[in-house]
Amino acid sequence: MSSFATVDSATRQTQGDSLTAEDVQGLGAKASEDVAAYAAMLGDDALMLGQRLSWWISRAPEMEEDIALANIALDLTGHTRFLYSYAGTAWDKTEDDLAYFREEEEFRSARLMEQENGDFGQTIARQLIASYYMLGLYTALLDSKDETLAAIAAKAVKEVEYHVDHANQWVLRLGLGTELSKHRIEEGLYYMWPYVDELFEDLELHTRLAEQGIAVLPSSLRAEFDERIKHVLDTAELEIPQTPQAMSGQRTGRFSELRAYILAELQVFARKHPGATW
Amino acid sequence: MSDQQHWPMWEVFVRSSRGLSHVHAGSLHAPDATMALRNARDLYTRRNEGTSVWVVPTEAVTASDPDSKGGFFESASGKNYRHATYYEKSEGVPHL
Repeated sequence: MSSFATVDSATRQTQGDSLTAEDVQGLGAKASEDVAAYAAMLGDDALMLGQRLSWWISRAPEMEEDIALANIALDLTGHTRFLYSYAGTAWDKTEDDLAYFREEEEFRSARLMEQENGDFGQTIARQLIASYYMLGLYTALLDSKDETLAAIAAKAVKEVEYHVDHANQWVLRLGLGTELSKHRIEEGLYYMWPYVDELFEDLELHTRLAEQGIAVLPSSLRAEFDERIKHVLDTAELEIPQTPQAMSGQRTGRFSELRAYILAELQVFARKHPGATW
Repeated sequence: MSDQQHWPMWEVFVRSSRGLSHVHAGSLHAPDATMALRNARDLYTRRNEGTSVWVVPTEAVTASDPDSKGGFFESASGKNYRHATYYEKSEGVPHL
């Protein structure tokens, strides 16, 4: 990283024509109660996973991987900003209100996103499942009748494609690498697999919004997810873990205390110094 | 940990837009070429630079010896006749 010699690039910081969270705030679109709840739920997933991943900063096995994981964490935090900004329009709340000043039981993140990083294998296993889930979700959401959600999905899906690629590359290398690396990714998959079903569970909110062509029914994403995961694992000479599914928490956070610990770390600063800027 | 093998090093070349050549941007560590390209994307194309990225194993680069700089490059200086500085501009030639 010593030099940065590309022509006229070192100082170029264009956003291009990409969507920004400020754009979403300025669109003037006001989400209905249901749409806001849906957007917040998607945002919760991205927030939890991004927060978990950001723990790796300064701790990843190599500096380059440190930056890769941090990039993905930042992408996810960006998705959270879009989704919370939009959700907030229904309740007159800012993205920060939703991230920092809601209680544990008000979040609707899937437990997969909240699972502990463990070792690198465990983190990559979680990334594989989460990224493929999000790829299916945002691809389907491109056709949402809600224009803001469709625009957010269009921005997110490009980034998630990269997250999928990152996870794929590592699953292949761990699976086909050494005995130890294969063991690590197998253990990681075994640890994360019980939380797959919850991702694809249709809640009442999904059903109501899907009827209007706004939300994606999670169950409709399952077949493609299974097919894609199987393909990667086959190529990496790994098996889909034969492990029972965890009892459904329906995204309430029941049966798990992990969310509270994540939020404690995430929220403490904003709560201790409300309105602080830097 | 002491016998942990380090990833090999790669040199990264980025082309910032069509028509320009690839320019050396820096180096990085990666386990193989595919991952090197991914890492290069993360490290060197974060601010919209780049329409194309090359990665080359550092060990494949043969470099000039910095210590023999004198002998290697010096002889070119002082030979003004190698530069087209003695030509007089012809009268009446526009845009030169």
